[in-house]
Amino acid sequence: MNDTGLTDTAPAKITARGVQVYYGGTHAIKDVSVDIPDNTVTAFIGPSGCGKSTFLRCINRMNDTIAVARVEGDIRIDGEDIYDRRVDPVQLRAKVGMVFQKPNPFPKSIYDNVAYGPRIHGLAKDRADLDGIVESALRRAALWEEVKDRLAQPGTGLSGGQQQRLCIARAVATAPEVLLMDEPCSALDPIATAQVEELIDELKQNYSVVIVTHSMQQAARVSQRTAFFHLGHLVEYGETGRIFTSPEDPRTESYISGRIG
Amino acid sequence: MTDATRGNGRAGQGSLLVSDARTARRNAAERRFRIYGLLAVSIGIVALVVLLVSILANGASAFRQTTIRIDVPLDAARLDPSGTRDPAAMAGVTTFRYAPLLREGLAATIAAAGIEAEVDDRALDEMISDESVAQLRRHVLANPDLVGQTVPVEVLASGRIDGFFKGRVTYASAELDSNVTPEQLRLAEELRNAELLRTGFNWRFLTAPDGSDTRPEAAGLGVAILGSIYMMLIVLALALPIGVAASIYLEEFAPQNRWTDVIEVNISNLAAVPSIVFGILGLAIFINFMGLPQSAPIVGGLVLTLMTLPTIIIATRAALKAVPPSIRDAALGLGASKMQSVLHHVLPLAMPGILTGTIIGLAQALGETAPLLLIGMVAFVREYPDAPPDGFFDPATALPVQIYNWTQRADPAFVERAGGAIIVLLLFLLAMNLTAIFLRRRFERRW
Repeated sequence: MNDTGLTDTAPAKITARGVQVYYGGTHAIKDVSVDIPDNTVTAFIGPSGCGKSTFLRCINRMNDTIAVARVEGDIRIDGEDIYDRRVDPVQLRAKVGMVFQKPNPFPKSIYDNVAYGPRIHGLAKDRADLDGIVESALRRAALWEEVKDRLAQPGTGLSGGQQQRLCIARAVATAPEVLLMDEPCSALDPIATAQVEELIDELKQNYSVVIVTHSMQQAARVSQRTAFFHLGHLVEYGETGRIFTSPEDPRTESYISGRIG
Repeated sequence: MTDATRGNGRAGQGSLLVSDARTARRNAAERRFRIYGLLAVSIGIVALVVLLVSILANGASAFRQTTIRIDVPLDAARLDPSGTRDPAAMAGVTTFRYAPLLREGLAATIAAAGIEAEVDDRALDEMISDESVAQLRRHVLANPDLVGQTVPVEVLASGRIDGFFKGRVTYASAELDSNVTPEQLRLAEELRNAELLRTGFNWRFLTAPDGSDTRPEAAGLGVAILGSIYMMLIVLALALPIGVAASIYLEEFAPQNRWTDVIEVNISNLAAVPSIVFGILGLAIFINFMGLPQSAPIVGGLVLTLMTLPTIIIATRAALKAVPPSIRDAALGLGASKMQSVLHHVLPLAMPGILTGTIIGLAQALGETAPLLLIGMVAFVREYPDAPPDGFFDPATALPVQIYNWTQRADPAFVERAGGAIIVLLLFLLAMNLTAIFLRRRFERRW
């Protein structure tokens, strides 16, 4: 059943084969194989604790920061093994941006928040260049009009939805190729959620977006492909429309119809 | 409803206007608890007030000092036998020659003011501090041109005369005292009426070095304050960077294993080690093994650094732990290295906590006495240490040790000095705590 993830339509950006994740003695991800195409939004759905966030964090090696976590298997981006000994996770994370569940702007100004990534990666030649990067990132996150007059004010002073869009702008500013989003709307109200979803839809033009969500409606609204995780297994993976209308696996069906999870 | 009011065990069924027995009991318990709390706070406040009042009552007078203005005839024949006004030659004249000059000057001044002195020369001598003779000699050697003139000098009154104007010595006590007679006190009072004797603010107490056992009026805190400041500089310069680096490593980089657990437990233990043990360690290692000089601020500073390190490490680790992990994730997720995430984001957020911990550690070190006794900082030091860094190796004392020292001396005038020194120490601590509050506010207010 795990090779349901290998149905291929677009060229794959991320390929995972036989991924296992252990947290100490817990086997959190069991033999997951999946191909994630470029320029699409891929949603990971499933009940709490099913491993969807854990798997997402494998893609930019954020699990490295957890001492007890151990990842086995093969994950490739553009054919390069990201768990290769020669890969520096710092370099990888510049290529694979991440937006977290809770908006976590730095306690710095809005400008500094967005400029931080470009600064540490040396993406800007001079101040004017950096200003340009910040502006275009904020525009892309649909935040520019709201904050252009108060870039020097603290990012923590924005509303929750604005903070999350600021975090998206911050992730976009480092010019990643893949954008991972871990339940980006769970702390937001419906209006802010709608804004972020609209944004995600635009972002897929340039990035491969992978989003973990609790809300099946959200997965149906924003994603082109959906993966259903259950108890560490990738149960079913395919086109979003098909997953929601005619799921093949009984577990997917009972989750979607609300019987489990 | 009628069942309920009869009390079948259901809450909230009676009238809201009448509190039921259970609620009344709970409220009474709460009132009692508040009274206990108030009592506890009051006990603390009363203890503090008693402490402050007793210290102020004992020590405040140390900041005032009685001086006598004397017109001293600087007799050229006695002070400069060679007649060259050469300070080198005049340095051969000891204080022994100066003492009569002061006495004669005082007698002349008294006579000029029209006061009838009922005391002999010896008694006149005793009214002036022994320190004043040395003071006059230093003054003359620094200004040789004064020789031959009659110059007005402000000299310290002796400790008993000083005590008379502070209420410590009375006519009744003078009757029983071999060091002072009622006649001397009467003369002192007349001198004050003639405005030749006055009691003013005692700058010398803050600047002068310690005085000998018989000269409490001349004893000051200058060397002790310098020594304490030097040691604090050393502690700050060593303990802050070492402590912060150790905490960052342990908190952010070190793998969680048995070794780090052992280190952690030992740091906590180290914080609880009695300070005198650190003194023995300092004596054995810094003085006996490394051969650093005794009584020097460098040794004191190193010992206090060892003592302060655990405090700083524990405070810094707590401050680092308090930084939300989401900030670290955010930085790492953007491709910041571990060190960048710590230096750019975690450390600035932890800064208020680190500074508070550091200053509390410094304040602790400032008041520490026991380890300094062991490394010889109790010595009687008259010479100011040089400016740093050379001064770190010169003998000095420290404020708490100076207090300890003065309380050991026989003359009751030293009790007053010790009280004054405690006030100075408390002011230093207050200043440090205010700095801590100020820094915390400043860093926290950024966002």
